[in-house]
Amino acid sequence: MEKKLALELKGVSKYFGKLAANKNVDLDVYRGEILAILGENGCGKTTLMNMIAGIYYPDEGTIYVDGNEAVIRSPKDAFAHGIGMIHQHFKLVDVFSAAQNIILGINDGKRYNISEVNAKVKTIADKYGFVIDPAKKIHEMSVSEKQTVEILKVLYRGADILILDEPSAVLTPQETEKLFAVLRKMRDDGKSILIITHKLHEVMSISDRVAVFRKGEHIATVNTAETSPAQLTEMMVGKKVELNIDRPDPENVEGRLFVKNLSLTDTEGIKLLDDISFVANSGEILGIAGIAGSGQRELLESIAGLSGHIEGEIIYHNPKTGEVESLRDKNPVQIRELGVRLSFVPEDRLGMGLVGNMDLVDNMMLRSYSKGRSLFVDRKKPKSLAERIVKDLQVATPGTGTPVRRLSGGNVQKVLVGREIAASPTVLMAAYPVRGLDINSSYTIYNLLTEQKKKGVAVIFVGEDLDVLVELCDRIMVICAGKITGVVDGRSTTKEEIGLLMTKTDTSYSDSEGGKGE
Amino acid sequence: MNIFVDYLLTAIPLGMTFLYGCVGEILTEKAGHLNLGIPGIMCVGGASGCLALKYLSTLGLPAFVLVILSIIAAFVGGIAMGLIYCFLTVTLKSNQNVTGLAMTTFGVGVTKFVMSGLAENGGMGYLYARDYFRYPFAQSTTSLKLCGVMVYLAVVIALAAAFVLSRTRVGLHLRAVGENPATADAVGINVTKYKYVATCIGSGIAALGGLFYIMDYSGSYEAYKSIEALGWLSVALVIFTIWRPLVSIFGSAIFGALYLAGSHLPTLLGVRFDMSVTPLLQLLPYIVTIIVLIVTSIRNKRENQPPASLGLPYFREER
Repeated sequence: MEKKLALELKGVSKYFGKLAANKNVDLDVYRGEILAILGENGCGKTTLMNMIAGIYYPDEGTIYVDGNEAVIRSPKDAFAHGIGMIHQHFKLVDVFSAAQNIILGINDGKRYNISEVNAKVKTIADKYGFVIDPAKKIHEMSVSEKQTVEILKVLYRGADILILDEPSAVLTPQETEKLFAVLRKMRDDGKSILIITHKLHEVMSISDRVAVFRKGEHIATVNTAETSPAQLTEMMVGKKVELNIDRPDPENVEGRLFVKNLSLTDTEGIKLLDDISFVANSGEILGIAGIAGSGQRELLESIAGLSGHIEGEIIYHNPKTGEVESLRDKNPVQIRELGVRLSFVPEDRLGMGLVGNMDLVDNMMLRSYSKGRSLFVDRKKPKSLAERIVKDLQVATPGTGTPVRRLSGGNVQKVLVGREIAASPTVLMAAYPVRGLDINSSYTIYNLLTEQKKKGVAVIFVGEDLDVLVELCDRIMVICAGKITGVVDGRSTTKEEIGLLMTKTDTSYSDSEGGKGE
Repeated sequence: MNIFVDYLLTAIPLGMTFLYGCVGEILTEKAGHLNLGIPGIMCVGGASGCLALKYLSTLGLPAFVLVILSIIAAFVGGIAMGLIYCFLTVTLKSNQNVTGLAMTTFGVGVTKFVMSGLAENGGMGYLYARDYFRYPFAQSTTSLKLCGVMVYLAVVIALAAAFVLSRTRVGLHLRAVGENPATADAVGINVTKYKYVATCIGSGIAALGGLFYIMDYSGSYEAYKSIEALGWLSVALVIFTIWRPLVSIFGSAIFGALYLAGSHLPTLLGVRFDMSVTPLLQLLPYIVTIIVLIVTSIRNKRENQPPASLGLPYFREER
């Protein structure tokens, strides 16, 4: 079958400050095909799609639609060119019905008549096999119904190039299968579909071609039929980079934190954590690898006592008393007192750890204010602690009286990790501690963690850079969609192995897909 | 029975003061802006209407033109206040609560300045126009004479607001802006324009309440002093009516009745209250509002909640 070019990108680049989110990207999309966009976190997939959809404007390069140069400065422009994007976070008005959301913003000059819109929505839905009640309110809908509304919103506007940002992230396998059936129907109808995904088995089952991205660059586009998951993973993670992080062998290893069958379900009934069991040992760095949003944050928060209703057990072996205690029955303060420290969650670095408007000393006091006996706070000890951290960790700050928000990201994290370490923890949890840091600061943090490990602390390190995980951690636990997909030895594993585990979802499901996902 | 009718016929017109403020505030809140400047805006509306009357009355215009012009003047006064509020909260994205309270302080102060200025120049002559506002019942000998043209105008505006909000594309877009401006922006709705227009028209409508209270309901020079208190009740009425202009028509009458309970209930029930109890009875509207808040919060029905992004400034760059 001869294919017509629908969308063509030539030399497209986008910079955020000095950082290149996309560098000189060329990409072709044909009519009547499903193109999977594959890549790790932060490889520029979403930025590129946002440029096609008019959220961002490219700094360099040109976009052609149907062979003509297209200037896309807003989502409206994108619609004018027949391009519509379905975002991962739905843009819907909760109190409106499906149909009201679908026609929102359309000014076709006709009188506003909701029953006509309902009928038209129904026609489109029937054509592609969606099941939807146009009069149903969004807040009464399930996640997959909301997604359907988003897709219909785009179709209603006459889009024939559809971009879906991780559409299956929020769906159950059955719902995903239904969605894919609809997408195939749309493809056969001549529409071009770009689908961003992390899941290799989905790539294999739905796409005609795969475009692989790494660090903002388009590595290659291959025909799905002619490739394999192993080959795609290799393209995705790239060659191993030697970092030479100091990694002493673990000493005095004993079980410190036992997590058994931990599950967490959110208010919409989606399983954020699914039957997680692992042991964190003292004197060891346990790495946690996974695509962003696979449950890392929820896992750490559950251990720290910040999540609501968790199922399963979290058992802590107290090295001081030798007692065995369950963390589930304790509140965050008690857990902290036991020496279990959650050091940072940079999705909200300042919000959860430090108060931006307060200075270093005050931020130190946030952990110790309740210790004072008298009516007045004692600023002397926190001040000496702050001074020690500034000196030891080489925090670049005019003084300990500077509000934390004026410090750069790296220095903020040094302050935070310094404070948590000063409390001599027994379990130290660090999530993405080097995100956004320069190389030197990153190594400072790695050394801090290794030092803690040598002191016999059980360190849990959530990271996104596989090179770092492989060189820093003793064991690496890989999670995908809230489930553990494997625990590997940091010294013998490869990036490819972890990469495959990160994208491996429910095996029984991929078996039904012909086992392609393996 | 006659006492009861009298009670209603004073309560309903008083309620119209609330209705203007309430409908104006509903429009503003539907755009996602909590305008606590409503009491001040109502004061300014009264002042600008009276100012217009004073200077127009010398021109020998027909009575109905005078009425229309002073209504327009009040509306414009309200829009001017609305523009200041919008510039601060929409364009500069300042805190809506603080800005609103400042607008009230400012509006009350300006009104005091203008009205006492009018009084000193012997300018209370504008009060002669009261009869025109009472058209067509000015000559009536019954209680109906309390219902003037602005009573009907208030109901018409409330009905129109209800229609626009629920039955038109503009209303749909406006509600989307108040619920989820990012979504509205993504589908190409001009969020800033909608916020400005809704807030300014809302302020204009609220301002009419001030004029109505001075020129129609009370018709006294001192009247401007009580507008602020009534303005706060209008804001409470918005919650009472769970953001629905249609409900606010009845809600305003109820509020009017509750507000006047202190002076009418004793005669109606044939009992005597101590004078000191009256202010307590004037608390009734607030107590009822709190009860409504409790009930709607407990029932937690999504449709009865305030617009989701009420009070939050919208930053487009955020991602």
